[in-house]
Amino acid sequence: MKNLLQLIENDSKLTAEQLAVMLDTDVEEVKESIKAFEDQGIILAYKTIIDWDKTDREYVTALIELKVAPQRDKGFERIAEKIYNYPEVQSVYLMSGSYDLAVMLEGHTMREVAYFVAKKLAPLESIVSTATHFVLRKYKDEGVIFENIEVDERGNCL
Amino acid sequence: MLNYNDILADKVKNIKPSGIRKFFDILDEMKDIISLTVGQPDFVTPWHIREAGIESLEKGKTYYTSNSGSLELREEISRYLYRRFNLNYSAKDEIIVTVGGSEAIDIAIRALVNPGDEVIIPVPSFVCYEPMVSLAGGKAVMVATKEKDKFKLTAAALQAAITPKTKLLVLPYPNNPTGAIMTAEDLEAIASVLRHTNIMVLADEIYAELTYGRKHVSIATLDGMRERTIIASGFSKAYAMTGWRLGYTLAPREISQQMLKIHQFAIMCAPTTSQYAAIEAMREGDEDIANMRDEYNRRRRYIVNSLKGIGLDCFEPEGAFYVFPNIGGFGMNSDTFCERLLYEEGVAIVPGTAFGECGEGFARISYAYSVSHIALALDKIEKFLAKVKAER
Repeated sequence: MKNLLQLIENDSKLTAEQLAVMLDTDVEEVKESIKAFEDQGIILAYKTIIDWDKTDREYVTALIELKVAPQRDKGFERIAEKIYNYPEVQSVYLMSGSYDLAVMLEGHTMREVAYFVAKKLAPLESIVSTATHFVLRKYKDEGVIFENIEVDERGNCL
Repeated sequence: MLNYNDILADKVKNIKPSGIRKFFDILDEMKDIISLTVGQPDFVTPWHIREAGIESLEKGKTYYTSNSGSLELREEISRYLYRRFNLNYSAKDEIIVTVGGSEAIDIAIRALVNPGDEVIIPVPSFVCYEPMVSLAGGKAVMVATKEKDKFKLTAAALQAAITPKTKLLVLPYPNNPTGAIMTAEDLEAIASVLRHTNIMVLADEIYAELTYGRKHVSIATLDGMRERTIIASGFSKAYAMTGWRLGYTLAPREISQQMLKIHQFAIMCAPTTSQYAAIEAMREGDEDIANMRDEYNRRRRYIVNSLKGIGLDCFEPEGAFYVFPNIGGFGMNSDTFCERLLYEEGVAIVPGTAFGECGEGFARISYAYSVSHIALALDKIEKFLAKVKAER
């Protein structure tokens, strides 16, 4: 059922009926598989990719590098949990290399993001340092190229 | 004022203008059409292949290659053919790199056909064979394939079309527009008709990589057939490289030498940039093909199933990226059906008659489109069918 996951990862709007035909299996099996994936936490959510730059919404995204002193017994788990519980935080990754946690953050303004880092993140115990990078432009996200308006330019040759 | 009619070559004037051109011209002028007409992949050439082409330009590889194509590419083609289809062709003198599969077909026909020779062409099929044959002074003999035979060429139909003048059989499988394939058994039946004759085969295998459920078999792999077969193939469909215009011929040395004369004087050599991209495709492209094939296969299942669901009978195609549903039961011919569908619902499909008179009663629908695009079109076709049924 790896194929099923790959298909709905790219297009979660495909119906169980469509998926069943495409994968040469029956509808009930697709429905059961999806339910099982959801129950097991393999499928976590169905979201939409939006190019907010094309709207009038004011927002700013930042990537924050955090160096963290791991806590005894808890490693990075405790600090990661504290961070991801903030709704402003989009994603939290544990990284190899020169820093430990990568945090993607969204705010209305740069000032708001800076304030969040200074007031909420930096003071957390075990945070050694922070480095905030603002995203200037998204070219591609979640495998989707932005600015890509699909126009079918193929010529009609038989 | 010159009378061009007196000046232009009769052979060219006598070629019938393609009827479908008119339909496409209408289509081009209409807005917001949901088209299922296109005969080429919707994928972009995989990036690593495009990059190889770009890199060759950056390095200034802007010269001609040797007439038959760069040896490096011919060696890769030779290896690929053995790996994928168990074919053995010498890079040195049995492979010619051409400007698309179309040129491969052209030089094969021109190298074989004398004035008066007959060429057997199964139809419905791609539209270039007949004009190429008539330009060479030959006579095209059409053999209609039938839906009940899954649009395969049968040994009986072939046998009935053979005369003492028969020079060549065109074998266009996997087939555009029907999606039909020929299995090893089907081909063996054809081979057994041809083995004791001097009739040659032009196997147009451009869709060889796009078969679903079973692997393509080339007639040249059957006993005694390699020596009487020319294969025309290319990169367009398998690697989504239509715009690069790159194909090849495979034929015994004696034939290749003659075809090369036509190619070298008419074309010189295939585009060098495309040849460099193709080397990368041959070396690292097997996985790309597999991914695209899987995707086409999912769409194929979806569209065949959906067409049946809305009441359009459709034999199950096993190759290429077309379905060829039967639209004969609605009290109008294929042209009218397709024109009305276009004007009334804004959906474009190609009338079967574009591929020969025996395509009457059918239409070609391409699934080289996203599933959501196909789904949208099918909804409208369903609406159209309901309306047509209500009229009757």
